[in-house]
Amino acid sequence: MATILHPPQTEVERGRQLENNGAGGGFRNLAPEGGNLRRVKDPSGEPTRTGIWVGMAAIAMSFAALTSALYVREGSGYADWTHISLPPILWFNTLSLVLSSIALERARHRVATFMRGQEGTRSVPMLWLNATMLLGLVFVVGQYFAWLKLRSEGLYLPTNPNSSFFYVLTGVHVVHVLGGLGGLSRVMLKFRSATNPLRRSTLDTTSYYWHFMGLLWVYLLFILWLKL
Amino acid sequence: MGGKIFAVLIVIIALASAVPIMNHTFLGASVTLPEDISTHGKAIDDQLSVTMKEAGISFLAAQLVLGLFVWQFANRKGATKTFPGGATAMVIVAFLFVGAEVLALGMVGSKAWGMVYFKPAASDALPVQAQAGQFAFYFRYPGPDGKFGQIHPDKIDEGNSNFFGLDPENDIPARDDITAGELVVPVGKEVNLMMHAKDVGHSFYVRELRIQQDFVPGLDLSVHFTATKIGKYEIVCTQLCGLGHYNMKSYLNVMSQEDFDKWLKSQSN
Amino acid sequence: MSDMSVHAAVHGAPTSFIRKYVFSLDHKIIGLQYYALALVAVVTGMVLSWIMRVHLVWPNAPIPGLGALAKVGAPGGVVTPEYYLQLMTMHGTLMVFFVLTNAPFAAFGNYFLPIQIGAEDMAFPRFNMMSFWTTFVAFCILISAFFVGDGPPLSGWTGYAPLSAVGKDAGPGQGIGQSLWGISIFVFCIASLLGSLNFIATTLDLRTKGMTLSRMPIVTWAWFITSCIALLAFAVLMPACLLLILDRVTGTSFFIPAGLNVGDHIQPHQGGSPLLWQHLFWFFGHPEVYIAILPAIGIVSHILICNMRKNMLSHRVLIYCMMAIGFLSYMVWGHHMFLSGMNPFSALVFSFPTLMITIPATIMTLIWLGSLYGSNLRINSASLFCLGFISMFVSGGVSGFFLAQPSIDIYLHATYFVVGHFHMVMGVAAIMGVFAGTYFWFPKMTGRMMNETLGRWHFFLTLIGTYAIFMPFHYLGLAGNVRRYSAFQDDFLVPLIPVHKFITYAALFTGAAQLIFIANLVYSRFKGPQASPNPWECTSLEWSTPSSPPPFDNFGGQHPVVHHDPYQYGVKSSTGDYIMQTSPGPGAAS
Repeated sequence: MATILHPPQTEVERGRQLENNGAGGGFRNLAPEGGNLRRVKDPSGEPTRTGIWVGMAAIAMSFAALTSALYVREGSGYADWTHISLPPILWFNTLSLVLSSIALERARHRVATFMRGQEGTRSVPMLWLNATMLLGLVFVVGQYFAWLKLRSEGLYLPTNPNSSFFYVLTGVHVVHVLGGLGGLSRVMLKFRSATNPLRRSTLDTTSYYWHFMGLLWVYLLFILWLKL
Repeated sequence: MGGKIFAVLIVIIALASAVPIMNHTFLGASVTLPEDISTHGKAIDDQLSVTMKEAGISFLAAQLVLGLFVWQFANRKGATKTFPGGATAMVIVAFLFVGAEVLALGMVGSKAWGMVYFKPAASDALPVQAQAGQFAFYFRYPGPDGKFGQIHPDKIDEGNSNFFGLDPENDIPARDDITAGELVVPVGKEVNLMMHAKDVGHSFYVRELRIQQDFVPGLDLSVHFTATKIGKYEIVCTQLCGLGHYNMKSYLNVMSQEDFDKWLKSQSN
Repeated sequence: MSDMSVHAAVHGAPTSFIRKYVFSLDHKIIGLQYYALALVAVVTGMVLSWIMRVHLVWPNAPIPGLGALAKVGAPGGVVTPEYYLQLMTMHGTLMVFFVLTNAPFAAFGNYFLPIQIGAEDMAFPRFNMMSFWTTFVAFCILISAFFVGDGPPLSGWTGYAPLSAVGKDAGPGQGIGQSLWGISIFVFCIASLLGSLNFIATTLDLRTKGMTLSRMPIVTWAWFITSCIALLAFAVLMPACLLLILDRVTGTSFFIPAGLNVGDHIQPHQGGSPLLWQHLFWFFGHPEVYIAILPAIGIVSHILICNMRKNMLSHRVLIYCMMAIGFLSYMVWGHHMFLSGMNPFSALVFSFPTLMITIPATIMTLIWLGSLYGSNLRINSASLFCLGFISMFVSGGVSGFFLAQPSIDIYLHATYFVVGHFHMVMGVAAIMGVFAGTYFWFPKMTGRMMNETLGRWHFFLTLIGTYAIFMPFHYLGLAGNVRRYSAFQDDFLVPLIPVHKFITYAALFTGAAQLIFIANLVYSRFKGPQASPNPWECTSLEWSTPSSPPPFDNFGGQHPVVHHDPYQYGVKSSTGDYIMQTSPGPGAAS
């Protein structure tokens, strides 16, 4: 059974893309020529890229809905909109998420170097990937500590609208971050695997998503700081 | 064959469907609509009649043309033809006629809307509070002091007829409040109906009054109207509120001013 | 060129039954699964509507068999008022989510969108499988509400808070049933988001050589635009459902204000906003209407073009109109809330874009009608349903004139006028599109033809029946007949009961007529005559596949190469009056 893979767009457009990718010094094909990884073209790269942007648009829309819910709820005319002091650990969490994004960029660079055959072993890129993962986990654990902090102050999910929105916004965000961590572990598994090699599109889209999680968190933090 | 059947059928369906439109247009709005007993209702009815004409014309024209073209071109052989003017003509027609039409409808219609919602109630309007709960309406008049007592949801006690949860012992304005199971209003006098929901969403609908307004829990809404004809009219709930929704009703009792005063007096005793 | 010819396997053809027909990655099987699910949902929904119609006019008549199925809701087979509302809620939810979203969009879209752009599958086959099975889970959760506690929720498919949020104090079904409803819709949102994401990526990235965006068939465009709308709409409904579930389960107060005395219990909530739910819900709810109708518009245009043997007056204008409708659909949600107590000025702000939707809708109608002029219209079951669609679209559309105006809405809001309006334009019209699509694509999906005589009987009976049901709804509404009533006891409603009796007869008749369709579907699937690869002499790519149904990879290991716009009819060619999109012959004006 011949399986065929999607040649997208017109030949001209397609050619232009290949040209750009080649000329840009990128690493369209992550596996080094003659290397130990199976040579993989990346024909499904484009749908993955489109998919992640579309997915991020949907997530952004969901958070926009939650934000507008927050504004409507604040203006609902009932004087129960109070102020909660944000747990200071949030600033530490923010820092770790930002650092993890930087680490991921370093990792991406190093993976590319390795794939081009300019780097002997996987250890340095793996180090950066591990750092990203670790910082991400620190963020998740840190968010958990932030919730514990609120609980210790007697602020539970239903206590007041501010605490409700705090838990909902941070909770939904953490769920999405966990998705990103899942994506990262997939990248790491593939990077080490000889049979199921890492594609550039997988690494790229995972990193877009991860940076998006960081940006989203900064936005949420701003909203939390402004409104709660 | 199928094409011709369709063409005939669609013309019959269109004409049959349009009978009430024709009745409304040529015999008068009273054929399709209940009588109007409000000061603002005429504006709504007129707007509805104009819309009915335009919608009726659009409806009939489209269905008849559909029938005609299917009759004419079903199973036809030979070279195809293009409609004179093509898509450009269609776009222009749609923008010029339909665009202008709906814009005009919107503009004129917003006046009728404004009569009900933009103008605040007159300062001498009769204040009445309506409370909707599963599954009954109650109405409250402020009594001689002109002030409503506070509502305490926890004090609601239907067994003792304390439908609004008043606290006359501690709350002086509540002492002379008059509570009734139907909405009694004097004819020709503006009523400012303040709406309070006891539990879930409800709606106040009197079709003769051309008034419909939701009760929204937690929101203090009001609607004002002037009834112009003495009589008894049904108030029904139009917002799904639970199992007894169909059974949630009350009456709007429009009386002469004297009868109203008498009624109010008899209630306060 | 070497890049183009190196292929990595997305997935190979499955061999086991489970991988082939149950947990299949093949978009065609998934499309059929969606279709089957929609069929189950529509039959369920229709039976519910029968019970409702019968109960409305014969409130005390026992319905055979119902007593055993619903001991609480219908003791002895007699429907209680609350069970009526529960059936109504389930009818609405099933029809809107599991029929009108699934059938024209997910089912046909899954099956034909990849083929029409020359791809061998969706961009993300695993997501595709997940999205169907997630939908299936949502369906099971919803249906399970029939069998728990005191039954399914009774707050309507719109689930207005606080009725839907305060829990079992609010009435039967508002306990577990309503929670299941919220969870079901939440899960459905996930499925729809995955599906839409897949559609968008597929359309943008997997088009075959020569298939530029403007060469996509109009129905492909419709599915693409619909998936963009669905992506944003379901992304809003999902957090709304989350907040609703939190209000119900954890005691937050997003939608529940202070001081509610429900069922003699003061609710332990404060400060929430019932309007917030309405805003979030209708921000999804109005685009949802177009999620149902746009694919039908696309299907009908596609089929009509083929059967008229000529292109529409303008392919492009139709697509622009669909885009305009999709865009406007996000600016009009407030027209469902004119009387909800929101700022009266905003009613006008929402009213004008609503009225403006008339313009693209009119352009589309005029183009359909104008294109019929001078055509060689072939009459068959599929094209008849397309004509029925146009008729229904107009009939349901003009009543929108009334409801878009807040002043008239004061009188008509929450009456049968509204029910008639949305059943015609969103329900019946979209279903007519689905019927048209079924008769048209059945030969491609099964390799057999459907019975034409039965198809025509089905069409004419359905056309007469649906008009007989839903036209009188409008006039009931003008008389002030309130909707969502389980019995008509008020003095002004009692005289209208004869009209309701007529509608009930019509509903039973129309529902029975659908048995013809089901019989035709089953019979033709197994006994229908063999279909040729291109029985309708249509030009788009789905008719270029080497077999019917298409092989696993759709084009038998070949890439179709596209040379033309999708609709080349009325030309002289070796095959007849049309040129396939894949044939490099003349008529390639693009």
